[in-house]
Amino acid sequence: MSQNVITSPTGHDAHDEHHGPSGLLKWLTTTDHKIIGLSYTITAVVMLIIGGALAELIRAQLATSNGHLVSFAQYNELFTMHGSIMIYLFVGPFAFGALANIIVPLQIGAPDMACPRHNALRYWLYLSGSITMLLGFFTAGGAANFGWVGYAPLTSSLNAPGAGADLWIGGLLLTGFSAIFTGVNLIATIFYLRAPGMTMFRMPIFTWNLLVTAILILLAFPVLTAGLIMLYADRHFGTHVFSVAGGGVPVLWQHIFWFWGHPEVYILALPFFGMATEIIAVFSKKPVFGYKGMIFATITIAALSLGVWAHHMFTTGVVLLPFFSIMSLLIAVPTGIKIFNWIGTMWRGELWFSTAMLMSIGFLITFLIGGLTGIYLASPPLDFFTHDTYFVVAHFHSVVMALVLAAMGGLYFWGPKITGFLLNERIGKAQFWLLFIGTQVFTFPLYILGLQGMPRRMAVYPLHHDWVNLNAISSVGAVLIGISTLLFALNIVVSWKKYPAGDNPWDAQTLEWFTTSPPPHHNFYRLPQIRSERPTWDYNHPEHKSVAHASHEN
Amino acid sequence: MKIEAKLLLFLGLFFGAMCAVYWTWSLENAGGVMMFSGMLLCFLPGSYYLWWSRRMKARPEDNPNATQESGAGFVGTFPGSSIFPFVLGMGAFFVVLALVFGIWLLVPGFALAIWALLGGTSEGRRGGNR
Repeated sequence: MSQNVITSPTGHDAHDEHHGPSGLLKWLTTTDHKIIGLSYTITAVVMLIIGGALAELIRAQLATSNGHLVSFAQYNELFTMHGSIMIYLFVGPFAFGALANIIVPLQIGAPDMACPRHNALRYWLYLSGSITMLLGFFTAGGAANFGWVGYAPLTSSLNAPGAGADLWIGGLLLTGFSAIFTGVNLIATIFYLRAPGMTMFRMPIFTWNLLVTAILILLAFPVLTAGLIMLYADRHFGTHVFSVAGGGVPVLWQHIFWFWGHPEVYILALPFFGMATEIIAVFSKKPVFGYKGMIFATITIAALSLGVWAHHMFTTGVVLLPFFSIMSLLIAVPTGIKIFNWIGTMWRGELWFSTAMLMSIGFLITFLIGGLTGIYLASPPLDFFTHDTYFVVAHFHSVVMALVLAAMGGLYFWGPKITGFLLNERIGKAQFWLLFIGTQVFTFPLYILGLQGMPRRMAVYPLHHDWVNLNAISSVGAVLIGISTLLFALNIVVSWKKYPAGDNPWDAQTLEWFTTSPPPHHNFYRLPQIRSERPTWDYNHPEHKSVAHASHEN
Repeated sequence: MKIEAKLLLFLGLFFGAMCAVYWTWSLENAGGVMMFSGMLLCFLPGSYYLWWSRRMKARPEDNPNATQESGAGFVGTFPGSSIFPFVLGMGAFFVVLALVFGIWLLVPGFALAIWALLGGTSEGRRGGNR
């Protein structure tokens, strides 16, 4: 075990070379945020592939009206574990565990995360939580089968007696603690380890979004953890928090779950908003349009997100419809500001349609579709009509597929910084078109199916001419998305250590592009003077220095 | 540090106002309690930062004209590598598996967790001399 005492980058012993373990022991013992972030990235992408494979099975089952690929019981497991893996084990950990872990310290000029061992612990909790949840497939009763939202009373020991349900709860507990530790570590890092001159209003938008995400994590995740402990007690210790039989209230689970679940939507989305913002600015060769407006929009989204949870519960009949409807509709305002600012950043820019930029534009369009259909769902009369139909499934798949597009953009953009090598752009662009077109072909028929009344979570459906065709088209879209994922894997193989990236391949603006690719053990050999939110750009282009935002800061 | 404090206090105030409207209008307790707790969770660190920011000198990272030299000096001790996060993670893994597969798994779970806590603490003390 070695301890590296760090002085600031101008100190003479700031960059001691690290002589730690090598091989497997290096991965087990590392406290370097970049290697931990890489472990997160690899694990999250494996989860994406597993969750994606389950999605392909679901779409294969639904490609015909009376599919026999899986049994009804297996279908319940499929949609439960597909949703659980994608939300709990891929999108979230990828957003605030993988790229955030690698990029945030680099963007603020920090040598590491504030609590490096704590940082390593959260990865091991995430990995063991993921394994715990997946172990359900290998138990006698199969994996959890009550939907990713785990509504009471479907989760009671009577309705879900197997070990799969307990493994689902246990896995969520571990990944939940991992997320809470992430929140603590990100806030401590951003508040205490910024480089001199990196004031709050000079931080890149990605880092700002991660700060707000971390605050939301600390507000939301403990509620879920508490709910899971109550659920486990109901199942095994004879309590009746969520069961009517003993005087409990099943709808309480929905309150607790969605009090976590809706902020979770923004916990998932805000990091990807940040990624898209960085990418769009770099490939438009412009500063972010409305920098402070973007930050205030992010804070507003976070503030409103704690007051919208029951729009998932309109049809329960026990929630205050006008309050939740107004709050949900209000979120469209800051989100709209973001969309206009992304367009404003591109406006009259010197656009470079790299794969990362295409992915970000694809994100913008797909997220707009998902966001607009979300406005319909915030209206109780429309929600009553479409609740639990494929319209809702299409809405949130537009949103999460937009996040997948942004995630891919992030990998193409920051991958070279992490590995030192670029990915092949031709294969990347082919991947983009398949992913983007596949997403629309996959989701659009689902919107129509939902409006025609097709309920979600059905393994078979009536032999209605429209429904069969629309489901078949949607399944084709899912296949296109699957092929795009294979292209990504192919790209990694084809490009493996082939195209050296250099330190700043995109002529980018923020501090992570000032250091080497990959960065040294404690990140920086030197730092530039920081006078705007684009220190690397200012250093490389002294003739086009940014206008500072910081004139009235303290 | 003032902006950090104001960010948390603004969120706390907003949650407080939202909580007041929601609780008096809906009379629903679960959401009211959760919003109220959210408000407290923002006020606790936010008010501490505000109190502290009025008593401290501006840090180099809060100074828009700071040079890199102004931040020179000791930052902290960052362990280069440590096995104990992995050991503690595996301890937690076994404890959770004990909830499903049998109480006996608590034995290796707690053994690993205690080893990690003792080892990690002594490791931190060794590395924190400067």
